[in-house]
Amino acid sequence: MYSELRNHIIKLFESNVRLDGRKLTEYRKPVTVEYGVTNTAEGSARVKIGNTEVIAGVKIEINKPFPDTPAEGGLVVGAELLPLSNPDFELGPPGIEAIELARTVDRGIRESKCVDFKKLCIEEGEKAWFLIIDIVTINDAGNLSDASSLAALAALKDARFPKLEGEKLNYKEKTDKRLDIKNSPIAVTVIKIGEKFIVDPDTDEEKAIDARLMVSSIEDGTLCAMQKGGNYPLTAEDIIKMVDIGIEKGKELRKAL
Amino acid sequence: MSKLLVNEKEIVVPGETLATGMDNLPGNGTYRDGENIIASRLGLVQLEGRAIKLIPLAGRYIPKTGDTIICKVIDVSINGWRLDTNSPYSAMMSLKDATFDFIARGADLTQYYDLGDYAVGKIINVTSQKLVDVTMKGPGLRKLKGGRVVEVASNKVPRIIGKAGSMVSMIKDATGCNITVGQNGLVWIEGTPENEFLAIQTIRKIENESHLSGLTDKIKAYLEKAKKK
Amino acid sequence: MAYKERLNKRGFEETRPIEAKVGIIKRADGSAYFRIGNTIAYAAVYGPRNLFPRFLQDPQRGILRCNYNMMPFSGSGERVRPGGSRRSKEISLVTGKALLPVLNLEEYPNTVVDVFIELPQTEAGSRCAGICAASMALADAGLIMKDLVAAVSVGRVDDKLVVDLDYSEESYEGIVADIPIAMIPNSNKITLLQMDGMIPKEDVKKVLEMAKKACKKIYEVQKSALKDKYKVEQDV
Repeated sequence: MYSELRNHIIKLFESNVRLDGRKLTEYRKPVTVEYGVTNTAEGSARVKIGNTEVIAGVKIEINKPFPDTPAEGGLVVGAELLPLSNPDFELGPPGIEAIELARTVDRGIRESKCVDFKKLCIEEGEKAWFLIIDIVTINDAGNLSDASSLAALAALKDARFPKLEGEKLNYKEKTDKRLDIKNSPIAVTVIKIGEKFIVDPDTDEEKAIDARLMVSSIEDGTLCAMQKGGNYPLTAEDIIKMVDIGIEKGKELRKAL
Repeated sequence: MSKLLVNEKEIVVPGETLATGMDNLPGNGTYRDGENIIASRLGLVQLEGRAIKLIPLAGRYIPKTGDTIICKVIDVSINGWRLDTNSPYSAMMSLKDATFDFIARGADLTQYYDLGDYAVGKIINVTSQKLVDVTMKGPGLRKLKGGRVVEVASNKVPRIIGKAGSMVSMIKDATGCNITVGQNGLVWIEGTPENEFLAIQTIRKIENESHLSGLTDKIKAYLEKAKKK
Repeated sequence: MAYKERLNKRGFEETRPIEAKVGIIKRADGSAYFRIGNTIAYAAVYGPRNLFPRFLQDPQRGILRCNYNMMPFSGSGERVRPGGSRRSKEISLVTGKALLPVLNLEEYPNTVVDVFIELPQTEAGSRCAGICAASMALADAGLIMKDLVAAVSVGRVDDKLVVDLDYSEESYEGIVADIPIAMIPNSNKITLLQMDGMIPKEDVKKVLEMAKKACKKIYEVQKSALKDKYKVEQDV
């Protein structure tokens, strides 16, 4: 359906430019992170990449730990592709794209060990802190995935624990206690179209994607999560190149925090 | 006592009273409610004699007979093509309106227009239920090859075209691009990457500043400055 | 016990501070942001657009669909489970009914106009904030409409009638009534009215009168927000 568009994009890539004049591995500007955008969440952040905008909010609850990790708190990540943000998104329970997005963001945070879940345990097997991150899309102008994972991390950094009064939580009062975030896992989705690699696709480029690789890495360049997507396969050489781009660009994105 | 409450080129919102009394006449985008003339959409006031009308500042394109539009093939059926018109209504293009060629019964229609193809067509009929017919027979009507299509607000199209096509000619001359502007808010542009990009930037600028005066001079200066770089 | 002074120190007919903006969501055909105190609403309008499945189409007019949704972290207490509740469904319905009278959908047969209202942060008065945002977004989308719609809640706290109850008043221990009202500002017609709590019937007239005054003020904010969108661009 988009073969004309795809041919055009590939033709442009030959001269190292994109539809909107950017270089191949250049993010839209500015990338901004705004903290504390909603006071009903324990922590929240708004991320804008160009015209793309997402909000992430963290609610902190006390729950019974999962049976397989009785001495640890928990992390739950949800993502909603709101029909408010894109004419093609529909109402209803999260579709597979939203679930994939939530799970990849979840893995990036969990596997980077940026949060020590053991420290979130209050009483082994009985009570522990649970972090529930919800990501919602406000305007989809492409690359929701990188914006979402950046917003989720920023919201965690912004979070303060609610007041524990005896058995109950008082959400009206936030304490000064913050989460101890040890590192900053940043996800960069590297896109392959034709023979070229790009980051931060806009809406048109997203229609022409062959394959994508979401690369999450921490400050020292260690990888903490990956996810391959798109309908076409990648070679080992492709993946090595994409990982390099992902780590490199991750460093750049991290500065926005 | 009749009284005009707004000035030429003033921005008004739905519900705003534009004039009282019976001396003025309600034009496009307004309605009469008893003694008053009221705005029925977001628009720019235009006074024409006794009539008050509004030039819309926003809104989707609604197909009109006689409009030349850029459309996209979204389905190929047995007796023609279904086209997306960048409006709430799709259009039909029948075999006889598609080409001067003879199309044999049972021929593969995708060799003429395939899914995803863009074309400049003309609306020949719109029914009360908004069934739309499009033809390719006419001067300048054709399939669009290469280049790219960008979307603009359809109400800005007259400004992008300019008086007797002056604005779009200016962009064509400065950028060397081929440009076709559809009344439905789709613009087709073809040129070198840098020039295509400049043409799009210019069109975006017109879109954002279309309600301001002195637009032509501003765009001229903008293009000259951009070309120097 | 008498309610001499409002818990939030506002005048009895004073709303919380209001802020409004349009055109905040670029993908949408029209969009708006409306904030009253701690309650924030976003609204996006898509349409008129194609409506499927076909049997939903009305050949005489376009249809209006509204959806009101609280973001999972927008409640003052625990996380709001995503996916909508009976409450949000009802609010979606009455929001649609509140907006429909000003729209001229006969112009767009067989289509749908979708309005999505999302709340990132709430503290009382969220349906009214949603309606205010939605009506601005509809105008921003360039739809043909007779007027805007403004909405506010009026209520009773103890022995006093007050405008725009906040959380402290909604949870006041004593008699509380909450009456969300939407109005067409130029004709003073009422398009939404709900009530929970108790008031003597003599108060109804006063309540409507107070709502009218407050809605006029809100309408002025909505109006200037719509105009400001074009002023801002002028400065650039």
